[in-house]
Amino acid sequence: MPPATTTVLDAKAMERTLRRMADEILELASGSDNLVIVGIQRRGVQLADRLVALIKSRDGLEIPRGALDITLYRDDLQTVGPRPVVGKTDLPFDLEGKLIVIVDDVLYTGRTVRAALDELADFGRPARIALAVLVDRGGRELPIHADIIGKKVDIAASDRVDVHVSELDQKDAVTIVRRDAA
Amino acid sequence: MSAPLGKDLVGLEGLSREQLQLVLDAAEGFKEVSERAIKKVPTLRGQTIVNLFFEASTRTRVSFEFAEKRLSADTVNVASSGSSVSKGETLVDTARNLEAMRIDMVVIRHPSSGAARFLAERIKSNVINAGDGTHEHPTQGLLDMLTLRDKFGKLDGLKVCLCGDVLHSRVARSNIFGLRTMGAEVAICGPRSLLPGDVGQLGVTVFDRIEAAIEWADALNVLRLQLERMSAGYIPSLREYNRVFGVTRERLDRAPRDLLILHPGPMNRGVEIDSNVADGPHSVILDQVTNGVAVRMAVLYLLAGARAEPSRGGDAR
Amino acid sequence: MSTQPVLLKGGRLVDPSQNLDAVGDLLVQDGKVVKAGGKIAGPDGAIVIDAKGKVVSPGFIDVHCHLREPGREDVETIQSGAESAVAGGFTAVCAMPNTNPVTDNQAAVGFIIRQAQRANAARVYPIGAISVGQLGQAMAEMGEMVGAGAVAVSDDGKPVVSAQLMRTTLEYARSFGIPVADHCEEPTLAHGGAMNEGVVSARLGLKGIPDEAEEIMVIRDILLARRTGGHVHLCHMSTKGSVELIRWGKDRGINVTAEVCPHHLHLTEDAVEGYNTHAKMNPPLRTWADVEALRAAVKDGTIDCVATDHAPHHYDEKEREFSDAPNGIVGLETALAVVHTALVSSGVIGLPDLVNRMSVMPAKVFHLPGGTLRAGSVADVTVFDPAETWTVDATRFRTKGRNSPWTGRQLTGRVHATLVGGRVAWQLGG
Repeated sequence: MPPATTTVLDAKAMERTLRRMADEILELASGSDNLVIVGIQRRGVQLADRLVALIKSRDGLEIPRGALDITLYRDDLQTVGPRPVVGKTDLPFDLEGKLIVIVDDVLYTGRTVRAALDELADFGRPARIALAVLVDRGGRELPIHADIIGKKVDIAASDRVDVHVSELDQKDAVTIVRRDAA
Repeated sequence: MSAPLGKDLVGLEGLSREQLQLVLDAAEGFKEVSERAIKKVPTLRGQTIVNLFFEASTRTRVSFEFAEKRLSADTVNVASSGSSVSKGETLVDTARNLEAMRIDMVVIRHPSSGAARFLAERIKSNVINAGDGTHEHPTQGLLDMLTLRDKFGKLDGLKVCLCGDVLHSRVARSNIFGLRTMGAEVAICGPRSLLPGDVGQLGVTVFDRIEAAIEWADALNVLRLQLERMSAGYIPSLREYNRVFGVTRERLDRAPRDLLILHPGPMNRGVEIDSNVADGPHSVILDQVTNGVAVRMAVLYLLAGARAEPSRGGDAR
Repeated sequence: MSTQPVLLKGGRLVDPSQNLDAVGDLLVQDGKVVKAGGKIAGPDGAIVIDAKGKVVSPGFIDVHCHLREPGREDVETIQSGAESAVAGGFTAVCAMPNTNPVTDNQAAVGFIIRQAQRANAARVYPIGAISVGQLGQAMAEMGEMVGAGAVAVSDDGKPVVSAQLMRTTLEYARSFGIPVADHCEEPTLAHGGAMNEGVVSARLGLKGIPDEAEEIMVIRDILLARRTGGHVHLCHMSTKGSVELIRWGKDRGINVTAEVCPHHLHLTEDAVEGYNTHAKMNPPLRTWADVEALRAAVKDGTIDCVATDHAPHHYDEKEREFSDAPNGIVGLETALAVVHTALVSSGVIGLPDLVNRMSVMPAKVFHLPGGTLRAGSVADVTVFDPAETWTVDATRFRTKGRNSPWTGRQLTGRVHATLVGGRVAWQLGG
């Protein structure tokens, strides 16, 4: 059977979901002025930018935004080979005592988040690190969970979740590609 | 894309524009690591790298060692003096012994042209050429290219002149091969006794006078003049070399544009380059050194991944 | 000494010494050629070899090889070298004196002759050193060495640097009528060189040896031959310029002869790519223009003969950095195939020319027996198949050397049998 693609979030639904996530982030921070948001390269950075903009437009708060490229902290160099181009890691603030919300597009095995935690630890000692993801697809290989989840989906290991953001992909959408539907 | 450079980096000759571009782009990402408070990432944790130096070198060896350590690799330095190498062991035996100790990578500096390739063909570990005789010094070529790209924004159409002892320079060869592939125009300038005779066939322009080279070029890469070239009779004296071929402030002041000045080091101040040029506003000699670490990290990273088993492909999403 | 008669049936007899090129039989007996041509009925008890489709020619003679004994018996002995020779169709070889100790005296010459007799394969003719110890200083006892069996003198492996020594050697050699063979290399120009100087050496970062390193010595030797009337033989010519200088000398009636190696007729400096030490030799492999000039010189006779410069080395001596690896390759067992592939298959020369350059002329230039199938001459004969294409496998060589650039390559022309003094010294598959 050819792969079948279904849309689980269209542009409108994605916008609504991000708005809810922004609210939950503020709730989690409960008025702390130590909140910073750190997106994981690549699409986590765009999502982090959206969340920062939403918080600013609705609550008037300027939340600092950082970017993290976890390529050099991956544990699979020997199995999948190098990602040829390493993205930018940019944390323009001191991590000491901060409440960091890591933002990523999809939470799956948990290995990316593990790498992000390792990398953040090399930059400083935050007060707390929380995780916000647009999609949680299950299938964890490490004891890691998200504090804030946009959408939960339950799919087979052979399926793939694609997050599209208009900055990079000309549209906003979350789709699932089912490969072995039989 | 699991082996973008293949197993080894023996030279820049034969690498495609895409491959060179890839190393330079990857190096860009590694620059930032050296700016962190903790200058270390776990990328090559558990990997063993031997720095096998059959020739004295401080700069290149230290640069490689920093690159390796900042990627968390375990490194061992073997220098020719005091090693089994100086006891007459052949290179092939040295290679087999290293292999038997299950190392992952070898960085080799050797006085014979072709030695890095010789080693690469005989061991399974990745081999990186850190300078082989008068053949190539690919990571130096790459860091020169990265430095030029940083300053000019591109290499395509850039006019770069290599000045001095091209005949005996591995740096010159790597620059010629790499820059030409990237679309730069390359010239060489120096006394004809220190230029290869058939060099025109390598696709470079030859200038007999340094004044003409300065008039033409956007950047000068001033090569180190090995002092023993004088005793070997290639030039009459260092004094005369400086007077006729030296890159001096006075000569640069007459140029139609500001020239970027590169030098692979170590410099002979007052011979091939004057101090006020080396320390002047257009010198990027220290940027080269900084970029050297990033380029070497990129090369180590790209080659280490080349040993990946292609069992699981792609990102888990 | 009486040996069993041998009858070679139905081969193409190619013998330029008597302008013979016809299908026919050849009978040899008691070490001599009895009859060449026509249909011959074999005497009782004769060994009959079917030579149909093959060429039967006077035995090849190599005027330049290195048999390494005494001194490096681990890489070659006179025994293994002489067996390698017959496997390559050579019925006689001339052994260069750069052994250890150097073949620079009567006793050393006698030793080689005795070892060759024991080997009982190809004939081995010693070449004596020009200078004592090949040091380029005092002339060695040429007369004594010739008396013991030396057929020429040479300091090969090294050039005769002193023009004065070369002059006196050419003069002195006139008394004995032997050629003085010179390895033409101007040492200060060639110093430290590992390959041809040109675009490939510039790219690979290897020090080059310019053509002029050879040509300067070529013209010096020709001029000294003109001055002295001595016979100078120029070893392993490699450049177009050398060919032009030799032609200049021969046009003026100067007593100069020259040889070329199979590899210089077939390979160029490109073979060095990848730092292939089996393409490292001295003189180095040159350019295609040189190869073409050398081929033309073989055709027109400017170059008199093909010689192998067979130079066995221990395998691990070649298994090292290019600049540290020794010069030279083995050549006895591939010479015919390489020359045939390079010159005959490509249409530059015909088979009679090949036999002329590998047998007739070497005998003439070095004044050796053989080089002809005339009745009554020594029964040194080579039988080869000019059409057979085979893949070179150095592990099957009779020589101890495995250093061949042709390993794995396909060549056309294969030796099937070699008769030395009327005895079947070697047969393919035999």
